[in-house]
Amino acid sequence: MAAVRGLVVAAAVLVAVVLQVSVFPYLAVDGVAPNLALLLVVAAALVRGPDLAAVIGFAAGLAIDLAPPADHVAGRWALALVVVGYLAGRVRHDARTSALAAVVTVAACSFVATSLYALGGMLLHDPDLSAVDALRVIAVSVGYDVLLTPFVLPLLMRLFRRLTPKQAAY
Amino acid sequence: MRDHRQRPSRGLLVLLLLACFTLITLDARGGSHSPAAPLRGVAGAVFGPVEDATATVVRPFRAVPHFFQSTNALRAEVARLRSRNAALHSQLAATSYTQHQAAELDGLLRASRQSGYALVPAQVIAMGSAQSFTSTVTIDAGTSSGVYPDMTVLDNDGLVGRVVRADRSTATVLLLVDQESVVGGRLGSSMELGFVRGRGETDGAGQLDLQLVDGSVTPQRGDVVVSWGSKNDRPYVPGIPIGRVESVYSSPREQSKEAVVAPFVDFSALDVVGVVVNSHTHSDRPLINAGRIDSASGAVHGAGN
Repeated sequence: MAAVRGLVVAAAVLVAVVLQVSVFPYLAVDGVAPNLALLLVVAAALVRGPDLAAVIGFAAGLAIDLAPPADHVAGRWALALVVVGYLAGRVRHDARTSALAAVVTVAACSFVATSLYALGGMLLHDPDLSAVDALRVIAVSVGYDVLLTPFVLPLLMRLFRRLTPKQAAY
Repeated sequence: MRDHRQRPSRGLLVLLLLACFTLITLDARGGSHSPAAPLRGVAGAVFGPVEDATATVVRPFRAVPHFFQSTNALRAEVARLRSRNAALHSQLAATSYTQHQAAELDGLLRASRQSGYALVPAQVIAMGSAQSFTSTVTIDAGTSSGVYPDMTVLDNDGLVGRVVRADRSTATVLLLVDQESVVGGRLGSSMELGFVRGRGETDGAGQLDLQLVDGSVTPQRGDVVVSWGSKNDRPYVPGIPIGRVESVYSSPREQSKEAVVAPFVDFSALDVVGVVVNSHTHSDRPLINAGRIDSASGAVHGAGN
């Protein structure tokens, strides 16, 4: 069963990353596409806790870093999503009680992830971007991720609940 | 959820963070010999075909937003374009300068078309988002079609960018609007040389900055910028139109004139592009020779000029 669960999670990561680069650019606002991988990590964190979420964050981030249109230094999205998975996992007891708390968690995670990624870019000069541009993109992406949350997060959380081993469920 | 492990594992987190930092350091230091390169190859081989298939499924739905454009909106658009066309015609007739310029532009375009470049046709199947702060796209042609790094990519309207990485079935293209993209450009009217840099704006209004080598030359508004060409035509072949000068300003610090260039290519709506290859390239798909581009994509081409 563990192998099946692992395969399902790997497939979910693959689907999220592919949708993010092949489909969502056509729905982009101001060039910013919703970060589906981030929502996947947050859902994992809320249902299963920081450990699994950090691992999924690493895998999904690595996929974004390495899959074809990416041309930035590898490991930057992985770092951002590991941190987000851990943070979201730490606050999950508060966040899983109400929808509003979940939305706030997504907003915070989106802010942290995109900021970490942008900060990494500024430190590595990859590319050399200005704080104003970065803040604009961060604001738009937080908004877009929050907008997508009510449609996507419940589905993803249901997926992870299903994947929870029987003895550990409720 | 009391039966879950309450304390998250510190060791796991530290391990994952260390893995990230190691990868970032190795990739940032490694340059072209980065250990991430083979990993990217593997990722390309896995994700490339999936992205390709997804793009094929999604493609029919991309026209959906256009259905919602009402007839009224289209009529207004036609009226607007007609008046603009008339204004342009009168401008052209009025000043010999503009006429001269138009003739030159025509000649340049013809030259680029007649120079006999062979193209591998490809479709854009994935785009990087603004969150990544890089402007790159994936195209569905790779090394099996004769596409290799440092090749020029163009479309009906002009220069698109260059190939930075190629896998078997896909390739990654760095767009002109990317912040790290620098192209040698030449002013169509005076043949002056300069450098065209991207600004990192991925939306429709993505503009480019042109910095001229000779500070005493002032580019004119409306001047056409074409690519200047690199050694052995890699990464950029010469004579491909890049954009039109929109405004000019001088920077006292650098003692040179800078101009804002509006690219001919709409980078937010890229679809079919061509990769310039050697005409003897072995490819698994038919090459387009320069002469035949016009007949194959003539309908689309008219809108560009």
